[in-house]
Amino acid sequence: MLKLIKYIDLIRIFIAILIGFILTIGIIYGVSEDASTTIWYFFLGPFSNISGMGNIFETATPLILTAVGTAIAFQAGLIYIGAGGAIFIGATMGTLIAIFSNAPTFIHIPFILLVALLAGAFIGYIPGYLRVKLRIHEFISSLMLNYIATFVGIYIIKYYARDMAAALLQSRELPKTAWFLRIIPGTRIHLGFILAIILSLLAYFFLYHTRWGYEIRMVGKNADFARFNGIDVNKVIVISTTLAGATAGIAGISEIMGIYHRFQWKALPCFSLEGILVVIIARNNPLLIIPVSFLIAYLKTGAQYAALIGDIPSEIVTIIISIIVFLVTAELFLEKWKQRLTFKEATKDELRS
Amino acid sequence: MSFVLDTIFSVSFWFSVLRVTTPLIWASLGAAISIESNVINIAIDGIMLVAALVGVIISAFTHNLCLALFLAVLAGVGMACILGYFNLKLKTNIFIGGIALNIFASGITIFILYLTTHDKAVSSSLKSLVLPSWDIPLIKNINILGPILSGQNVLTYFAMVGIILYYFLLYHTKLGLHIRAVGENSEAVRSVGISVVRTKFIALILSGIFASLGGVFLSMGYLSFFVKDMTGGRGFIGLAIALMSKNQPVGLLLSSLLFGITMQIVNNIKTLRIPSELVELIPYVVVILVLMFYGIGRKKKE
Repeated sequence: MLKLIKYIDLIRIFIAILIGFILTIGIIYGVSEDASTTIWYFFLGPFSNISGMGNIFETATPLILTAVGTAIAFQAGLIYIGAGGAIFIGATMGTLIAIFSNAPTFIHIPFILLVALLAGAFIGYIPGYLRVKLRIHEFISSLMLNYIATFVGIYIIKYYARDMAAALLQSRELPKTAWFLRIIPGTRIHLGFILAIILSLLAYFFLYHTRWGYEIRMVGKNADFARFNGIDVNKVIVISTTLAGATAGIAGISEIMGIYHRFQWKALPCFSLEGILVVIIARNNPLLIIPVSFLIAYLKTGAQYAALIGDIPSEIVTIIISIIVFLVTAELFLEKWKQRLTFKEATKDELRS
Repeated sequence: MSFVLDTIFSVSFWFSVLRVTTPLIWASLGAAISIESNVINIAIDGIMLVAALVGVIISAFTHNLCLALFLAVLAGVGMACILGYFNLKLKTNIFIGGIALNIFASGITIFILYLTTHDKAVSSSLKSLVLPSWDIPLIKNINILGPILSGQNVLTYFAMVGIILYYFLLYHTKLGLHIRAVGENSEAVRSVGISVVRTKFIALILSGIFASLGGVFLSMGYLSFFVKDMTGGRGFIGLAIALMSKNQPVGLLLSSLLFGITMQIVNNIKTLRIPSELVELIPYVVVILVLMFYGIGRKKKE
């Protein structure tokens, strides 16, 4: 017999998502004038053609990249929400370097990625350092850094890389050597997607099969106990926020190199916050991040189709995702059911022995 | 430089400082009372946003200021109750719950704004009302102080009342004692038969009321319409203010003023030929700097 109890967390996530879907349908019925058409486009629109399906992959890519790094910080028990700032700075510094340098693709791309990674790592390092040295909570400092990074990033683009021919603020186009390869014709799925999958596998290996990963999880579970066992808690904290910032920096530049080919954000891109929600729904597990990102990417793509045809603003997805987050993080959601299962399992073993 | 000095010594500068400080006071009061009871309310920003929108919409459709104010606060309290229910009853991590609630607020306000105005950015097509400004009789005629203190929005004056109320509630009522005790040592409080969950819930509701008033001021006083994500992180600055003033009433007022002055200086020098981006990031840098000074001071004491 399938041991339900082992999969209780997964089942809970699944049920939360199911409730999210039902709520989506409910909201659309409440608001839309032609509900059935809207629902049709919301749920089936993404599958209606290749570009729709490609859209799901394109949307999932930055979500995975953002979430992977944040998951490391969350595993260390840190409320680090600075991914947005690292994305922004990684993207601006990467764009700047890409425009002002020239090299064959196979050197240019790694070089730009490295710059974005370092820029992200730097802005990720700050909250960790402040937490360790001055006991400033990383939530406030990383949040403030998001605002600071946004203004600094826009300043850099405006004064050093602006495309003067365009009416709106955007950077000049990246040289072709800095463009990510598009993998599947007819879509915009790009190299960043493969990068995202590799990084999440690496993060999983790092967290669960290396000494550093073990220390990070230990600190997250119980910092005092970790310290007692000789783990340098301060070092772990700084490393985790730095890594989180570094991968977020990659997430930012990957969007520029893969999709837009120029910097054109005026505020933090929405995937920066959604990436954090992905981590929470996936319960900090780098492997679960991939399906959860795809699910959210699917909802976002569907919402775009529904907004195009129907009368539902795409923010419906934000609402649904945050409700799913609440259900997933409620420790006592379905707790009674869990207890009953546990009890059953326990008594069964008793009878057998 | 002389331009900056001229503005700082002008009457209109200080009049504006009080306007800019008002939402910060409300936000920091909301943060402070929640921190006192040890349920740190991260969702202040989201609560402000929702209250700001509800106030605008209700006032536009009913032309009833009192009703708009009441329902806006009710919506804010509702948000606080969601956070309370999930954190206190279902054991959701308070930070995670707060983050989710903020994102929820950002999404639902744009959603509702679009449904009512078919615009995703501003509510200017709605004819919403503004809370009145009051001339204070005697003070109005004093030389420099008069034009600064008089003619402010109702919620600016009530922010001062709010601080006094906060002080009385926390230090001179039984409820305040319970809230502080729960924050200090919830085990001890439980042992004398006070419900910890109930006390924390009440603190969160109060926090929601304070935050909502700050939000309503933004869309019905500071501006006369709703703009998406119009809080600009004021809820979080309020949180920082509460942290660095250790929730002390006078500290809250002074720290809020400090940030009000910073923000108003920013508003003024934005018109100069300095890149505006580098000016606008100042308040957020100040938050980190102040917390750093606070941290260094704490370290020295140890």
